[in-house]
Amino acid sequence: MHSTLSFSRATTVPTTNYAFHSQSPINLRFCGLRREAFGISILTRSSSGRVRLSTRGRSKRISASTGNNGTPPKSFDYDLIIIGAGVGGHGAALHAVEKGLKTAIIEGDVVGGTCVNRGCVPSKALLAVSGRMRELQSEHHMKALGLQVSAAGYDRQGVAGHANNLASKIRSNLTNSMKALGVDILTGFGTIVGPQKVKYGKVGFTDNIVTAKDIIIATGSVPFVPKGIEVDGKTVITSDHALKLEFVPDWIAIVGSGYIGLEFSDVYTALGSEVTFIEALDQLMPGFDPEISKLAQRVLINPRKIDYHTGVFATKITPARDGKPVIIELTDAKTKEHKDTLEVDAALIATGRAPFTNGLGLENINVVTQRGFVPVDERMRVIDANGNLVPHLYCIGDANGKMMLAHAASAQGISVVEQVTGRDHVLNHLSVPAACFTHPEISMVGLTEPQAREKAEKEGFEISVAKTSFKANTKAQAENEGEGLAKLIYRPDNGEILGVHIFGLHAADLIHEASNAIALGTRIQDIKFAVHAHPTLSEVLDELFKSAKVSFGSFLHCSQELLNFYLIRFCDYALTRHKLLLGLES
Amino acid sequence: MANVLQTSFLPSTSSLRRPSISGSKGKSQSLQVKAKIREIFMPALSSTMTEGKIVSWMKSEGDKLSKGESVVVVESDKADMDVESFHEGFLAAIMVEEGGVAPVGSAIALLAETEDEIAEAKTKSQSSSNSTPQVVEEKPKQIEEAAPDVPAAAAAPSVPVAEAVTLGSAVHPASEGGKRIVASPYAKKLAKELKVDLGTVVGSGPLGRIVAKDVEAAAVAVPVAASPAKPDPVAPGIELGTVVPFTTMQGAVSRNMVESLSVPTFRVGYTITTNALDALYKKIKSKGVTMTALLAKATALALVQHPVVNSCCRDGNSFTYNSSINIAVAVAIDGGLITPVLQDADKVDIYTLSRKWKELVDKARAKQLQPHEYNTGTFTLSNLGMFGVDRFDAILPPGTGAIMAVGASQPSVVASMDGRIGMKNQMQVNVTADHRVIYGADLAAFLQTLAKIVEDPKDLTF
Repeated sequence: MHSTLSFSRATTVPTTNYAFHSQSPINLRFCGLRREAFGISILTRSSSGRVRLSTRGRSKRISASTGNNGTPPKSFDYDLIIIGAGVGGHGAALHAVEKGLKTAIIEGDVVGGTCVNRGCVPSKALLAVSGRMRELQSEHHMKALGLQVSAAGYDRQGVAGHANNLASKIRSNLTNSMKALGVDILTGFGTIVGPQKVKYGKVGFTDNIVTAKDIIIATGSVPFVPKGIEVDGKTVITSDHALKLEFVPDWIAIVGSGYIGLEFSDVYTALGSEVTFIEALDQLMPGFDPEISKLAQRVLINPRKIDYHTGVFATKITPARDGKPVIIELTDAKTKEHKDTLEVDAALIATGRAPFTNGLGLENINVVTQRGFVPVDERMRVIDANGNLVPHLYCIGDANGKMMLAHAASAQGISVVEQVTGRDHVLNHLSVPAACFTHPEISMVGLTEPQAREKAEKEGFEISVAKTSFKANTKAQAENEGEGLAKLIYRPDNGEILGVHIFGLHAADLIHEASNAIALGTRIQDIKFAVHAHPTLSEVLDELFKSAKVSFGSFLHCSQELLNFYLIRFCDYALTRHKLLLGLES
Repeated sequence: MANVLQTSFLPSTSSLRRPSISGSKGKSQSLQVKAKIREIFMPALSSTMTEGKIVSWMKSEGDKLSKGESVVVVESDKADMDVESFHEGFLAAIMVEEGGVAPVGSAIALLAETEDEIAEAKTKSQSSSNSTPQVVEEKPKQIEEAAPDVPAAAAAPSVPVAEAVTLGSAVHPASEGGKRIVASPYAKKLAKELKVDLGTVVGSGPLGRIVAKDVEAAAVAVPVAASPAKPDPVAPGIELGTVVPFTTMQGAVSRNMVESLSVPTFRVGYTITTNALDALYKKIKSKGVTMTALLAKATALALVQHPVVNSCCRDGNSFTYNSSINIAVAVAIDGGLITPVLQDADKVDIYTLSRKWKELVDKARAKQLQPHEYNTGTFTLSNLGMFGVDRFDAILPPGTGAIMAVGASQPSVVASMDGRIGMKNQMQVNVTADHRVIYGADLAAFLQTLAKIVEDPKDLTF
C-alpha cells in the first residue's frame, strides 16, 4: 500500500565496487514495475531476446494451451503460476518471462492490486495535489520567493478524477506489459487444490484446473478494521474509500498514525480539513526512527490543524446517522477505561492491513496461517503446519507479512523466480527502502537507531550516528525548503551502513543511494568518493557520508586523524589490490 | 553536524556564571537560590552563534525530565537542534517562550531537582525576569502580561454563554447538554495560543461545535471603530521609528478585523434630539446615573420592539434570535479596548444599571472581568461623543448583528415645522448592521423607535 513505484530499467548489477564484500547472496535491484510497463517504445531499447519474446506473444492469440512462452515440461500446464496480479505478482511474472518460464497469473479482481488501484498510486495523485495546495497556501513561503498568488482553491471532483485516471492508466500499462510479454492472465479467484495444482474461476462459472511446476501466492492484503468499528464507506472509511475522495470533511479523525494515516493527514489538511489522530501507542508515528518522528511531528503535525490522542484505542466508532456526527469512543490503552468521546464528521481507519488469504485452499496442502499471514522462510518458501517446507509453493508480498511494501513484494517475487530457475537468492530486507510521501517526505532504509543499538549490543560492535541538515544544502535553500534532516547509522570500525533515515524535500527519491549501497555492500569509505552534481539535494547524502568517521584501526592501524583524502585513496587501492590477488574481484 | 548538543546544561553554580549576564543575575543570586535549582542556558551551537531562537519546548512546566531527554529545540544560524537535559529533575519554569530569542549563555529555563522546588524556582524566574533589563527575559514577561489582557478584552461578541443552553441550536447535541466541550483541532490549538477558555466560547460550527473563528471572535475585544479613542496615539513608551509586533490581543483584533470583511454590512444614520434626555440626565445624575447607562437603557428598550436588530447570523443560513438583550459598550483602555456587557439592559432599572456599569468599568480597568461580563453582548454601543466626535461609523464585530456609533450631542440650529428657527441639542447615531439578517427598513424602524424613546425619555426611569 504505502510505497513507491519504481521504474527502473537497470538490468546489470554494477561491477565496479571496491570494499569488502560481505553479502553472500546476489542482490538484485528492486524494481516494482519495469520500463516495459510503458509500452512499445521501451521494447526497442530492451534486449533483443525480450523483443522477440514479446513479438511472439502479440502475434498469436494468447491462451493457456498454445504455450508460446518458455518451454514447459510436458506434465505441467505452466512453469509458474502466480495467484494475484498486484505489483508483487507483476514483478515476478515479468522476471519469470525474462528467465524463459511459461507463466500465468490469476487475478479475481482488477490487475494492479492494492498498490495500483487502492494504494500507493492513487494516493500519490492526491499527495501531488496536496503538495501544491500547501505551497500555494503558504503565504510566507510564496512571499519569501517573491511570488504573488491569489487565493488557491480546488475542485474536489477534479482532484478525485486525477487520482482515478492515474490508477487506470497505470493499470492498463501493467496489463499491457504482461500481455505483451505473453503472460497468461487467468480471470477468477485462485484456490490451491493440491500440490502444484490450482483451481480458478468466477463465481457461478465452472472452475478450471491448471497445474504448474511452481506456484507463487501473491494475494496481498486488505485494510484492517479493528472490531467495534463500523465502516459504512461514507463517514467511517478505510483508505479504499478515502482515495476516491468522495467528500472532504471539516473534521476527520484518523485512527493510526503510520504511513497511511500520515499521508492522508497531509492530503486532508491541505484540502482544508482539520484532523485528529488516534494512536494506540504512546507516540505518534511509531515505527519511524524516534528522532525522525520527533522532527516530523514538529513539522507535519504541530503547525498544522491537527491534534492527537495517544495511548488510546478507538474501541467503538459509529458512523454519522440521524443528524448525529460520527461518534468515537476512546479507551485508554493501558487501563482499558473509557477515556473520551469524540464527535467528528468522518473517521478514517488506518490501523494497518490484514493479509488477504481466505479461500486460498491452504488447508488442502496442510498450511495454517498465522493471523492470516502465510508462514514462509527467508526464501519465501511456504511452511506447513508441521514446520516442513511445502515443495514448489512460495508466498510473496503482504500475504506473508514480512515487509508490507509494494516494491518489497516485487523484490521477493524476483527472488523466488531466481530460485526456481536454479540460482539461489535471499532478499536482504534491510536494503529495501520505505517512504512516506508527506510534505516534506520521510524515507528510510535499514535499521532505526534503537534497532541498531540493540543489534550492536548483542553482537558486540560499536555504532556511530552522523547527521546533516537540509538547511546546509544549497538546493534546499533555493527551494526555500530547508526543513529536514538526514541521519546515518553506521559501524565506525568497518564503514558498514546500517540504516539511513531522511526527512526533508524529496526524501523518497534521495534514499536510493543509501539503499543501493546497503544492497551492494558498499561501505562509507567508498561511497564518500562518489561525486554528486552541484547544487542538488543529493548532496545532503554526500555530506552525510562525508561526515561519517570510519577508522581503519583493525585493518591498517591508521589513527582517525590521519584519515585524510590521500590515505583513504591509498587504502582503497591497497584493498582492491589485495582482493585482486586473492581472486575476490575481477 | 547537527548532533545533539552535549554541553547545554551547566549547573548554575555562581562560579560558572558569566560576567556578561551578571547584571541580570545579580538579583537572582540575592534570592539565595539553592544549587538544586539549575538554570538551563542558551547553548552555543556553533562558533558563529551569538543568539538562538527557541523553536519549541518539548516539555512543559512541571514535567519530569530524565537525563539525556530532549527538552527544547533551538534554532541556530545553521540548524535546529534538540537540547538534552544533563540532569534529572523537573522543568520548573520556562523563561523564554517559544519563538523567543535569547543570547548564548543566558538562562532560558529553570530545572528543579524535586517537585517541591518547582514553586520556588518559579518565584525565582519571575523575580529575575522582572528585574532583568534583558530583552530575552522580557519576552516571557510580556506574554504573562498579555495573558490577563486577553480575557479582559476578549469581548466575545457572539452569543451569551448563559443562553447557550436555551438557544438549542448553539449546543452540540451529543455534548451532554453543553457539559462537554466539542472543539475542532484547530480551534483547540488557537484557544491555547490565544489563551481563550473554550468553556466560555459558543460554537457556530456543524452541530454547534467550536471552530477556529469562534475562538478568534472570543479572543478579540469588540473591534469597534473606537480605536481612535485610544488615549494618546503617541503615548509615552512608544519609540518612534520602530516596528512593534502585535501583542496576542492586538493580533487577535487584527484577525477579527479582517474576518469582519466577510460580513455584508451597511449603515444607517439618524439625528436624534437630546434636549429631553439631557434634562433627565441632569435631574438624576446625582443618583449616580451615567449617560452611558441611559443610552444603553434607551437602546435596550428600542430593541425590545425590534428583536431582529438584536439577532445575528451565525452560519449564513439562519437568524439567531437572542433571548436576552445584552448591551456591550466599548471602553478604551490602555493598549486596546474592552466591551463590558450590561446584561438584560431592558429589564434592569436605570439605577441598578448605572451601578452595574460603574462596577464593570472598575473591573475592566483592573483587568478582572469575568468571561460572561465581556463576551455575552448581543448589540454593541460605541460612544465617542465625549471627544467631541460628531459622527463616525463602526465595524461590526463578527458574531453580532449590529453596532451603534454614537456621536456628541451638540447644540444645532434647527428649523421647526411651523417655520421658526430654534436651537436644539442633537446627536448623530450611525448603526452598522449585517444585511443578511437586518434590512434597511428594520434599522430605520429601530432608529425611529430609539429617537422617540430618547426624545421622550420618561420610560427610561420606569
